[in-house]
Amino acid sequence: MKTVYSRPKSLKMAQFHYCPGCGHSIVHRLICEVIDEMNLQEKVIGIPPAGCSVFAYHYLDIDMAESAHGRGAAVATGIKRAFPEAIVFTYQGDGDMAAIGTAETIHAANRGENITTIFVNNAVYGMTGGQMAPTTLPGQKTTTTPYGRDSILEGHPLKISEMLALVKGTTYIERVAVNSPANIRKTKKAIKKAFQTQIDKLGFSVVEILSPCPVNWKMSPLEAWRWIDKEMSQEFPLGLIKDTTGRKDAD
Amino acid sequence: MTKVLMNGSSAIAEAAIRAGCQCYFGYPITPQNELTEYMATNLSRRKGCSFVQAESEISAINMVYGASLVGVRAMTSSSGPGISLKQEGISFLAACELPAVIVNMSRGGPGMGSIAAAQSDYFQATRGGGHGDYRTIVMAPSSVQELADLTHRAFHLADKYKTPVMILGDGILGQMMEPVKFKHEAPAEPPIRHDALRGAKGRRSKFIKSLTSNDTELEELNWSLFRRYELIKKKETTYETFLADDAELVVVAFGIAARIAKGAIKTVRSEGLKVGLLRPVTLWPFPAEAVQELAKKVKHYLVFEMNMGQMIEDVQLSLEGKGEVSFYGRPGGVIPTPSEVARVISRLYYQKGLSK
Ligand SMILES: Cc1ncc(C[n+]2csc(CCOP(=O)(O)OP(=O)(O)O)c2C)c(N)n1
Repeated sequence: MKTVYSRPKSLKMAQFHYCPGCGHSIVHRLICEVIDEMNLQEKVIGIPPAGCSVFAYHYLDIDMAESAHGRGAAVATGIKRAFPEAIVFTYQGDGDMAAIGTAETIHAANRGENITTIFVNNAVYGMTGGQMAPTTLPGQKTTTTPYGRDSILEGHPLKISEMLALVKGTTYIERVAVNSPANIRKTKKAIKKAFQTQIDKLGFSVVEILSPCPVNWKMSPLEAWRWIDKEMSQEFPLGLIKDTTGRKDAD
Repeated sequence: MTKVLMNGSSAIAEAAIRAGCQCYFGYPITPQNELTEYMATNLSRRKGCSFVQAESEISAINMVYGASLVGVRAMTSSSGPGISLKQEGISFLAACELPAVIVNMSRGGPGMGSIAAAQSDYFQATRGGGHGDYRTIVMAPSSVQELADLTHRAFHLADKYKTPVMILGDGILGQMMEPVKFKHEAPAEPPIRHDALRGAKGRRSKFIKSLTSNDTELEELNWSLFRRYELIKKKETTYETFLADDAELVVVAFGIAARIAKGAIKTVRSEGLKVGLLRPVTLWPFPAEAVQELAKKVKHYLVFEMNMGQMIEDVQLSLEGKGEVSFYGRPGGVIPTPSEVARVISRLYYQKGLSK
């Protein structure tokens, strides 16, 4: 019998604590598949953030160390500077990366730190119960924008990936989503390319992943998938944002 | 090695390199820029070493956290406002039981304060500073030589107890030049901590974290930290006494204030006053036993600080009411002279009727 699907070696035998329909578990799995395929389990160090994915170390069977909220890029910088042989990635939510951690992220990128950021954009603060994130859409209701995000009072969705594209130290940035089998495949490809960029020592790489949060969006998982297509990806268009690696896709 | 003339901040940097410090991350702030600049010149191009001028003190301390995770000796330095920003990271280092050395060349506060030397960060340094139930070892040198010696020791203690260690200097110590002798050579191959996080090679994967949803686990961590802190108190408390044997009045001062006090004590001694000095070298752990020992003979104490009275609380706690404590302080970056302190000492001496 041919095995067509199995648990990646670097994914622990543990039940995810994530809510039904949450995108984090898909992203975790994809990272593990890439780690296995690229044979990185022994040299990778992951930095989970403060956020829903803080317990990523319960699932990824690799060395990991928690970062304070938003400081992932600085922690990763310290790791990579002290131990350049490691393959280092941060795993960050939109609040973590685009609000409290903006400075750390932009400056690590500007230094061209040879690290990878997996940026999970779910347009809300998931862990703290669905407050507004910098990426919350105009008009979107959250617990701290109960009347819908009003751009006059609460600003606009922050496009940190596009901002990072302006920075010389970044070489590969792509926005993908995990709301359909086709998009999930593209996400995996992007993660692989980001790690390859780091292996090739080409600088800072980012994979932004639009990811459903049905519970805080107050939708069914299916509605959440559709909302990413219909609403979120209008504001955050999917596709390649920057690629100066001069290399073809990893596979 | 022969003696060289150096400013205090550079001496710390040189001593750190000789202690095997491989990573320095900092953000400019006066009065400690010489330290950062020395590292930029002398550490950044060393094999296996890294220097980063970070975008903020928050980033700098988190880079230290990263380097410490992978088992490398790492350091950051700053002054007052920047040390406030580092507190988040120091709390994480303590929680994750990671060694690091943090230098505070303190200046006048609160707020932006001034760039002149002050000792107003005593509370912040000795009470933990950041959130949560933790301690940091705090060392208070009072000469350039001691800055160098204690920097070496700071790295050793940080590794030994897996804890952040702070060197609390001040603007004078950082800037002044004195002859200094470095007693160690930089190791050819700086050691990597054996429990470092360096990829799951030849062992199972592991993770380092402080968040838990398990109260028992967190209580256990706090207990284990507490036991370590008790051990540190027992083994690593250091202090210096000066002319204290026959003293009827003991001045308690740390850092540069102790240096000033020494000058004052020499003056009043020449006038026949029996005055001595107790200088805590570790501010945490505070030399409480040394104070209690003194209290068997000495009733009168003058705490002298360049702030409005912070260490005085530790002196009072240590005395447990067994002595009379007076205070003289100059806050706001004002540097008192030895003759000024000598006048304060003599006035107190006569007021307390010690001349008879
Ligand atoms: C300094 C600090 N401030 C606030 C928090 C509380 N906090 C934890 S996670 C989080 C935001 C999480 O949102 P996001 O980064 O978008 O990730 P998600 O949970 O949605 O995956 C906040 C505000 C914290 N842990 N530390």
